[in-house]
Amino acid sequence: MKKNLRIANTKFIDQTSRISFKFNGKTLYGFKGDSLASALLANNIHLVARSFKYHRPRGIMTCGSEEPNAIVQIGNDPSLTDPNVRATEIEIYEGLEATSQNCWPSVNFDIGGINNFISPLLPAGFYYKTFMWPASFWEKYEYFIRHSAGLGKAPKKPDPDLYDHQYAHCDVLVVGGGISGIISAKLSATKGLDTILIDDKNFLGGSTIYQENSSYKINDINSNKWLNKEIESLRDYPNLIIKNRTSLAAFHGYNYLLARENLTDHLSYNEKKDRIRQRLWKIRSKKVIIATGSIERPLIFSNNDRPGIILCSSIKKYIDYYGVKTGENISLFTNNDSAYETALSLNKSGIKINAIVDIRKYSESSIVKEVLNLGVNILWESTIVETHGYKRIKSFEVMKLSKDGNSVVGSKSKYITDCLGISGGWTPMVHLFTQSGGKLKFKNDDNIFVPDENKTPSDQTSVGSCNGDFKLNEIIGNTVENLKVFLDLNKTCYDDMKVICPDEKTKRNIWLLPSDKPLYKTKPFLDFQNDSTAKDVKLALREGFKSIEHVKRYTTTGMGTDQGKLSNMHALGIIADTTGTNMGELGTTTFRPPYTPLSFGTIVGRNVGEFFDHTRRTAIHDWHIENKAEFENVGQWKRPWYFPKNGETMHQAVQRESKAARDSAGILDASTLGKIDIQGTDASEFLNRVYTNSWSKLAIGKCRYGLMLNEDGMVYDDGVTTRVGDNHYIMTTTTGGASNVLSKLEDYLQTEWTELDVYLTTVTDQYSTISICGPNSKNIIQKLIPDLDLSDKNFPHMSFKNSKIFNVKCRIMRISFTGEHSYEINIQSNYAKDLWKKSIDIGREYNITPYGTETMHLLRAEKGFIITGQDTDGTLTPSDLQMDWIIGKKKYDFIGKRSLYRSDTIREDRKQLVGLLTDDPKEVLEEGAQLVENINNKPVEMLGHVTSSYFSPNLNKSIALAIVKSGKKMKGKKLIVPMENKNISVTITDTVFYDKENKRLNA
Amino acid sequence: MKNKYSIYSLIKNAFSHHENWQRAWRDPEPKKEYDTIIIGGGGHGLATAYYLAKKHNIKNIAVVEKGWIGGGNTGRNTTIIRSNYLWDASAGLYDHALKIWEGLSQELNYNIMFSQRGVMNLAHNLQDVRDLKRRTHANRLNGIDAVWLNTEEVKKFCPIINTSSNIRYPVLGGTLQKRAGTARHDAVAWGYARAADTMGVDIIQNCEVKGIKRNGDQVEGIETTKGYIKSKKIGVVAAGHSSVIANMAGIRLPLESKPLQALVSEPVKPIIDTVVMSNAVHAYVSQSDKGELVIGAGTDAYISYTQKGSHDVAEGTLKAILELYPIFSRMKMLRQWGGIVDICPDASPIISKTNIKGLYFNCGWGTGGFKATPGSGDLFAYTIANDEPHKLNAAFNLNRFVSGDLVDEHGAAAVAH
Amino acid sequence: MFLINCPYCGERDQTEFSCGGEAHLERPKQPTELSDDQWAEYLFMRKNIKGIQYERWNHTHGCRKWFNIVRDTSNDKIHAVYKIGEKPPVKI
Repeated sequence: MKKNLRIANTKFIDQTSRISFKFNGKTLYGFKGDSLASALLANNIHLVARSFKYHRPRGIMTCGSEEPNAIVQIGNDPSLTDPNVRATEIEIYEGLEATSQNCWPSVNFDIGGINNFISPLLPAGFYYKTFMWPASFWEKYEYFIRHSAGLGKAPKKPDPDLYDHQYAHCDVLVVGGGISGIISAKLSATKGLDTILIDDKNFLGGSTIYQENSSYKINDINSNKWLNKEIESLRDYPNLIIKNRTSLAAFHGYNYLLARENLTDHLSYNEKKDRIRQRLWKIRSKKVIIATGSIERPLIFSNNDRPGIILCSSIKKYIDYYGVKTGENISLFTNNDSAYETALSLNKSGIKINAIVDIRKYSESSIVKEVLNLGVNILWESTIVETHGYKRIKSFEVMKLSKDGNSVVGSKSKYITDCLGISGGWTPMVHLFTQSGGKLKFKNDDNIFVPDENKTPSDQTSVGSCNGDFKLNEIIGNTVENLKVFLDLNKTCYDDMKVICPDEKTKRNIWLLPSDKPLYKTKPFLDFQNDSTAKDVKLALREGFKSIEHVKRYTTTGMGTDQGKLSNMHALGIIADTTGTNMGELGTTTFRPPYTPLSFGTIVGRNVGEFFDHTRRTAIHDWHIENKAEFENVGQWKRPWYFPKNGETMHQAVQRESKAARDSAGILDASTLGKIDIQGTDASEFLNRVYTNSWSKLAIGKCRYGLMLNEDGMVYDDGVTTRVGDNHYIMTTTTGGASNVLSKLEDYLQTEWTELDVYLTTVTDQYSTISICGPNSKNIIQKLIPDLDLSDKNFPHMSFKNSKIFNVKCRIMRISFTGEHSYEINIQSNYAKDLWKKSIDIGREYNITPYGTETMHLLRAEKGFIITGQDTDGTLTPSDLQMDWIIGKKKYDFIGKRSLYRSDTIREDRKQLVGLLTDDPKEVLEEGAQLVENINNKPVEMLGHVTSSYFSPNLNKSIALAIVKSGKKMKGKKLIVPMENKNISVTITDTVFYDKENKRLNA
Repeated sequence: MKNKYSIYSLIKNAFSHHENWQRAWRDPEPKKEYDTIIIGGGGHGLATAYYLAKKHNIKNIAVVEKGWIGGGNTGRNTTIIRSNYLWDASAGLYDHALKIWEGLSQELNYNIMFSQRGVMNLAHNLQDVRDLKRRTHANRLNGIDAVWLNTEEVKKFCPIINTSSNIRYPVLGGTLQKRAGTARHDAVAWGYARAADTMGVDIIQNCEVKGIKRNGDQVEGIETTKGYIKSKKIGVVAAGHSSVIANMAGIRLPLESKPLQALVSEPVKPIIDTVVMSNAVHAYVSQSDKGELVIGAGTDAYISYTQKGSHDVAEGTLKAILELYPIFSRMKMLRQWGGIVDICPDASPIISKTNIKGLYFNCGWGTGGFKATPGSGDLFAYTIANDEPHKLNAAFNLNRFVSGDLVDEHGAAAVAH
Repeated sequence: MFLINCPYCGERDQTEFSCGGEAHLERPKQPTELSDDQWAEYLFMRKNIKGIQYERWNHTHGCRKWFNIVRDTSNDKIHAVYKIGEKPPVKI
């Protein structure tokens, strides 16, 4: 039935600009400024969703972020669709498509609705009590549970949208742009403080701004007009930033706050394109003023969840702000005066008010009298005991309340209606306050939790109705008084305000309203989205779930996408009533961030894709790319892994590279190794303390290999350190260990050995390292630096020379990780690529072959050199690595020394590094494979594992390193490497496979 | 004796409008003295009490809990259960637990929803591959059902993972343990509590321990907010607060307590049907039966008992999640929270006697205690009842920090799990 | 994400710093003289206090200096910051 539910223009909705959108495939129209909810209501659509558990028809219940029911899927593009969007929060735009969720085949006819009829079998926690037989069937049951749960559908393709982060530092952050927030922002800005005001709506002024009611006057004009002028005046402050459509997500300690600014969700697809969708503001504010207001509570009575049952204040907003009638025959049900404001608004718009059911005996306030004067039928001291209408409320039944409010009396009367407004009072939004560490106190008069001023973290305050002030004069008066102290103000522009507003004197609250039927025959919903009822809470209490957290988890109350904004207070109230506890003692559940759900994309911002992590590239990287290197990630570094030529496989490339390096010459980009410049008069002593071996006697110009331990005695890092001067060393570390080693050394130096005169500087990025090895390396270096005497006498293995290549200063170390005659050139990084190219050019006649990390690993394994992190795993001592020679036994102390002599670190049967040869020389072991002696023993005793394994082209056989229990004593022994499909026989050997006499170093 | 839970009892109770369900557990006042007191009413503590009563015939047991049972890490974790640990000692411990998990719903007559949907651990660099293969080989030989998957097999098992080779840290493969999975965390605490209560265990909530009374080297009892309670045997299972209790007893433990964060998204229809963990990029995710993505973040790198954790940790985790699952970008974080975990230097737990007679500690579970709950309870009960460790927890003694025989599981536990 | 007032750089976000754990655990001057128990005490045993704790921090992404702070681990409130070598404030 087509109805016109729009009343004449409101100033907030532009009724000249029509917008078409689709809901469940049907094209509908709304106006610019409409929320999806208001547009749907204007089209007389109330049924928009099905509930989570019972699949009951549900409608639009609120007009804000507390909406539990009206959540929809937006869009159907697999990369842009958004599940679980609140119809009350999203603004419509041209082309918007929304669909009902959690229903099949449609929201009108949903098979899942059958759950409603078997609901007696589905009380709180029913799943803990069943689905246990037969035991193997749980996963089958679970399949159906999983598929009937969930709400919307996740996108299926990556998100093309952009998200942004922005930092902000300010003096004062005001959260909430209602009347108290506006006053706060103005006072703060007037004092000259850098102020940010944020509000989640697209307009400022909260509910006061559309409060067109002569009962509310400020300085003799209507409150909305007054506030409008105040908002206008905010434009005059250059030190005030106002952010609309920005909702505060989290309030962390030290006034660190996160807010999400919505930039394009309200725009049409064309307008959205190529724009940033959302921005996460990371705000540090010296002071925070919370002015988040309050939300209206529902009332808890049987079948209070039907489409068409809406919070009174929301009905008022739909009519006053959006100009949309939520019904044509509206009734209201309340326990307080605010429903009467709705009545006046409805009356002004010419909508019939059927009846107002009020649980109070009477109310004297002026606004109630106004409504009475209109001739509205008010049913005092009454309650609704039942409602009817499956897909929309059609009628309700009313009875008189007993004096104590525990039961109903007298006869029942039935009222026809097409929309029922409900109001159970107001709940201050204290989420942010508690997130920040504030503690609440309970105010018995209003049945509300409010910030305890004695337990408020410093540098923040709460004002307005989130602080428990509901009357206009109190909101203004208390806000100003509060801020005078908080912002240290003397006089303010709000000092002599004349505020007129109705005064609510009569209060009555019943958390669970009585019915003529026994509780089990009623369906009083608490958490509308999760379908938990007052019955569920009472069942939980009967079963011994006492704590509010237990009740919440057992019944799932408050765990929907609205996080219990509407349900938590009633759940607490019912627990308190049932157990005879005071609500204040009961406390609340913890309010967890975010206040409203926050998309992962927004939280992550630009740190996606290539910006996921820093990429470190060497100065020679471009050459590697041009020469088709395959790369390996080592920490954040990209290292050439191997250089395939002419369609080679990795194996072929590595075999070729390894052979070339030993036959003639190889060249490696070793720039990623950590380099630490160590200077100071105590540098030698420092090295003595950090390495296991002794450094005092290392001559200037000499290099030495060092092993560094953790204080627990386990090998931590290794590398060659060169003495370049009397008080000057260059330490190299592993690529992955560089920054940790530096940090560790700085730590000891600054905190334990403050007496040492030593200075550390990382020079990893400043110097690039080119390593040239092989029998022809000497010839190549000689050609690069003709005037350098490369004789073994002048420049022996493990020594260093300062030199110049093409007039650029460099350091040349004659050190070797391959066992070949080898040089490492350290040169300022901006010359590195050039030097690399020149080395390749000069070396061409010697078939100089660039090689990557894989070949480097292979070559060093042939020599039995370890790679920390690959052959070690943080559980091996130097002795375990058969490197007892490197422990300076005479040294008084070094990092980790004491740990080497504990009862379990001196055991002979520890795992120790050994070499392995396979019986079949072609068989290459899998790194990580385990070693056993007897595969038939059960359980199999694992003696160790393969740490490094390669096919050596230079030995033409497979070689491996392994750690094996008591390995030192097992040379020559046969072990088995049990694979899934075969057992491989191996023999334990020495760790050095190639050139045991080290002849090649000087070849 | 408690009524049995079943579909029949559910139907029967529906006829009496669910008015006649029994209490799941009593709410007793503490007695003056118990044979054994367990400090800490989380999953581990309740399981310990249950097995003490069931297997060791100790009837006069109390569990004292400062808040509400299951309110600590039991109710805050991401519920991952697996046993694919590297070292024999760990594999033995966690697989012992896994075997109990497999029949736990029936044993407790409480559906703890153990769902063996598999756990995948991803490798993102060559060392990851070596380490995970090493673990898989060890698992296989220890009788644990872990297999290695190449990248295509990873993609096949969980199609929404971005296995493209041109992402920052491409997936190079992974391991899969099919018997692994998840369980409903609250139900574990409640199921054990109900079963323990049935056997006469007093579960005393809102009872905070204020002091440990010693007579020389022997414990005598505990001071609590509900008065003094005598006992010659006290088992401490206080997770993040273990050191607080230890300090009361005058001993120090090798622990640091740090906030570990987790978060859930809004619920959506099934999109990921297994548990995926990635140490290298620090992310793990599964989907609850309700439809929420359950995501574990890391720990803060400093001691804190605030149960909050800082935003950068959660942001870092979601960054990794989007790297692996770019389709989750528009999913929304619904709730974020923290729990206090007690971490040992070797990332392995302590289930041990102490130098004080009658005082036992079960702690140091770090980021991965939930999966061990039944095994931990069983072995701790054994240790308390016999005043000596079971062979499965012998390696997890306190003395290992003195002798140097650590059970270094950093490889397995580098990321919170 | 609390703020730490680095004694060298001023107030900065906690993410710029890294924590080095309990402070004033002096490395034994003569480790070889210690028993395994005493060494383990230094190496691993910690107070792990809930409440006021003295701890070491490093301004990793700043001046890279180590210093000490006094922080309440139950609410992350920082009561004092002082340089290495300075005496800890007695009164909190």
